[in-house]
Amino acid sequence: MLKNKLTILFILGLLLSACQSGQKRLPFIGEPDIVKKVVDGKTITDTIYPTIPPFQFLNQDSTLITERFFDSKIYVTNFFFTHCPSICPTMQRNLLEVYKKYKNDDRIAFLSHSIDFKYDQPSVLKKYATNLGVDNDQWQFVTGSKADIYGMSDRYLVFTNEDANVPGGYDHASFLVLIDHDKHIRGTYDGTNPEHIQDLLRDIEILLQEYK
Amino acid sequence: MRHFALFVILLLVTFLAYLSSCQSNISIQTAQYAVNGQKVYKAHCENCHGGKGEGLGTLYPPLTDKNFFAENRKKLACIVRHGLQEEIEVSGQKYDQPMPGNTMLTDLDIAYVLTYITTRFGGIDSTYTHEEVKSALADCRP
Repeated sequence: MLKNKLTILFILGLLLSACQSGQKRLPFIGEPDIVKKVVDGKTITDTIYPTIPPFQFLNQDSTLITERFFDSKIYVTNFFFTHCPSICPTMQRNLLEVYKKYKNDDRIAFLSHSIDFKYDQPSVLKKYATNLGVDNDQWQFVTGSKADIYGMSDRYLVFTNEDANVPGGYDHASFLVLIDHDKHIRGTYDGTNPEHIQDLLRDIEILLQEYK
Repeated sequence: MRHFALFVILLLVTFLAYLSSCQSNISIQTAQYAVNGQKVYKAHCENCHGGKGEGLGTLYPPLTDKNFFAENRKKLACIVRHGLQEEIEVSGQKYDQPMPGNTMLTDLDIAYVLTYITTRFGGIDSTYTHEEVKSALADCRP
């Protein structure tokens, strides 16, 4: 009897591990809306995860780019400013490694928002991008009004704040955010943490599998 | 008996010579400065200049050019304390991003961090001493 139970447990264990070895799917991040609707006389509930709304910003080439630039792509986005003395250099150094790995791969793009809406004009962003080693439009550096940029950071769940008391004058979180084709948030990573960068590289591959 | 004493002395001398030849030519003081300097480096320099002093693109210069360190040794303390506004050339590459000063660092902190940078990344084996920092800072052009 005991032997039978053990056998059943063993088989169950095998089945569980088989499930896990299948392709993992990335979660949807953010507070979902639960929508109830009536279909054919039955009430069904639908879970709708937040998406990034349409936007338009000036990029490093002084051209307007919108969310359509990222249609049919996944992208990694963050918030920074060019003369940031604290976390940005490490975050951008790490993101540069990801960019180099996927350079010229049109399934993926990168988007850095400047939170210094006063100083980081397109020409400043262009020079920064060039100095960093970014020489194509796969990595967009954008600027916009304070309301637009800081409003977008809320939608990406990244903290930003203009604060005269911190080095450089702007306070912000060092998150890298992974967005899918439908503009859903599928992952957030600390851009200053090398282990998180490894997680990001792994998750990019998992997310790309959804669009094969 | 006399021969034995001579033999022991000879043995000791050989042993000491052997010990000292084992040590690298970095003195204990230099090593201590560098250990303290590593902490300062991690807190104030590494973000831009990188964990191995490799710099970042052409935004921030690498800290690995032995010739630059040798030619600008007196200026190094001033650069750490007051930052840089003008363009510089390191290993044949020009860099023109301003560097912020580090006025929170004491003279001794600067001695520690410059010893760490020049010995760890720049292949130099001498201490950038506290006195050297004081005399260099006295001559800084503001």
